[in-house]
Amino acid sequence: MQRYIIIRLLQSLLALWVMSLIVFGLARVTGDPIDALLPIEATLEERETIRRNWGLDKPLHTQYLVFLSKAVRGDFGNSWKWQGHTAMGLVLARLPATLELAGVAIAISIVLALPLGVLAAVKKDTLFDSVGKMVALLGQSLPAFWLGIILMWIFAVMLGWLPTSGRGGISRLILPAVSLGWFQVAVIMRLVRSAMLDVLDSEFVKLTRVKGLSEWKVIWKHCLRNAAIVPLTYFAINAGVLMTGSVVIENVFVWPGTGRLALEAIQARDFQVVQAIVIIFATVFLFANLIVDILYAYLDPRIRYQ
Amino acid sequence: MAQVLPESVPRSTPDGIVQETLPSRQFPGIPLFILVFLLVLPGLFAPYLAPHNPIRGSLRARLQPPVWVQGGTITHPLGTDKVGRDILSRIIYGARISLAVSLVAILVSGVIGTALGLMAGYFGGRLDALIMRLVDISLGLPVILLALVFVAAIGASFITVVVVTTVLLWARYARQVRGETLSIRERDFIARARVAGASHFRIMLRYIFPNVINTLTVLATLQIGAVILLESALSFLGAGIPRPTPTWGSMIADGRDLIVVAWWIAMFPGLAIMLTVLSLNLLGDWLRDRLDPKLRNI
Repeated sequence: MQRYIIIRLLQSLLALWVMSLIVFGLARVTGDPIDALLPIEATLEERETIRRNWGLDKPLHTQYLVFLSKAVRGDFGNSWKWQGHTAMGLVLARLPATLELAGVAIAISIVLALPLGVLAAVKKDTLFDSVGKMVALLGQSLPAFWLGIILMWIFAVMLGWLPTSGRGGISRLILPAVSLGWFQVAVIMRLVRSAMLDVLDSEFVKLTRVKGLSEWKVIWKHCLRNAAIVPLTYFAINAGVLMTGSVVIENVFVWPGTGRLALEAIQARDFQVVQAIVIIFATVFLFANLIVDILYAYLDPRIRYQ
Repeated sequence: MAQVLPESVPRSTPDGIVQETLPSRQFPGIPLFILVFLLVLPGLFAPYLAPHNPIRGSLRARLQPPVWVQGGTITHPLGTDKVGRDILSRIIYGARISLAVSLVAILVSGVIGTALGLMAGYFGGRLDALIMRLVDISLGLPVILLALVFVAAIGASFITVVVVTTVLLWARYARQVRGETLSIRERDFIARARVAGASHFRIMLRYIFPNVINTLTVLATLQIGAVILLESALSFLGAGIPRPTPTWGSMIADGRDLIVVAWWIAMFPGLAIMLTVLSLNLLGDWLRDRLDPKLRNI
């Protein structure tokens, strides 16, 4: 088990390192960052001064080493667009908004998907099941940003029940969270359904029935507890989907989180901020994956010895 | 992103034999019909099918609603946008981009992924370890964000979108093909081919590759939907094919700002994406049942 954890940890670090290479490399192929930073009429001397201050006059590999050693300490330099702020500071300031949105989206998706998935499995091959399947399929086929706009149109414009955009209060949270969580509902529902079908058929469930437990208890206590492992481990993928989804959804609803910051920074070619966001997202994503893999290996010894 | 998930799982029968429960799927006639009329025909013949110029509108016909809403005309059946461009024509032209991007991206990533997967599975050892690490890394990248960085770095264009999608998609092919190659490699006919003096390259191409084609077909079908969704998200964020080329994603972005006054601008391109991807998923599920039930558990 220890060996497995160490190997997986090293893999994650390797992946992070590759990410840092990609991010650093891409920042340099955009052309001279000085051009984006300074007005055209800047003199050659001004350019040279800035170049030296940013360390852009050194060879690439030195620049990369400097970048890496600072990045490890969470220092991605100062933002070019938002003067006087560090890139890391900007990202951290926006992170709570994104976490809030993602957290509510996860909560919504579980609350909806768990019972629906269980019912779809229990009532297999009935109308309920096929409607559920259709909903799941639809959820995986529609673009989240479009769903967001349509929800906005229905609930904010036509019915006037909820505000269209911005952050603050529960009412502004509902629409973006639902749009972000919708895809998850579809996926988790399918996972719960197939896991439940598996469990419903196993010997120990027959035993609980023979023992004379109520059907309610059999399904919601004994089956669900065993079936929940699969969808719970899905949260690794979830973390990634939610984060990338947040980029799109935050921009639909003008939600002031990291996703919106990412787009603003990219449009302004503020690469310090972009680097900070990508590396932080990748870290969260990789370590969510790591934790789930370890949990999985703990629950299922076969994986450890692969 | 269309995720391939198990819909039904192997179940044990009373006598203890594990059996695959295959839902009897019908031939996906309606999805195929939708695909032909929403993606393939418009994508191939847009200039002949579109009633209006998709890029130049007439300012007199600004923000016209669809024909069945009061104020709409049959000239613009799905209405017009804020500069008077015909929505229907733009959707028809938008299909071109969706079709072209997805076909090229699937082809390129399929070729790269298959080649690497074949080599990893066939040769094994260090090469296998290296390629599989790359696969793990690639599958672990935050998709949209990385795509945005790419686009910001090398600029938005058709090529960029294809490159980004390829970087993100090849790994699935590689992983799947590698897995199949591992088991095919041990079969008798491969050993015989080796004894007969076939080169490694020939064994991979003539003996192993034909055995993974079914898997590839299913995977590709399911991936096209994912590519269309990704492309539309990039276009929506202004990181796809640059304007004024009509794409479904950028049309939705136009509609977002005008959702209060003109819902139809965002509605119809979104419906086009949804129906296309839904049909592709249904078709892919059907193909999977027919060609490759093993794939159920990826």
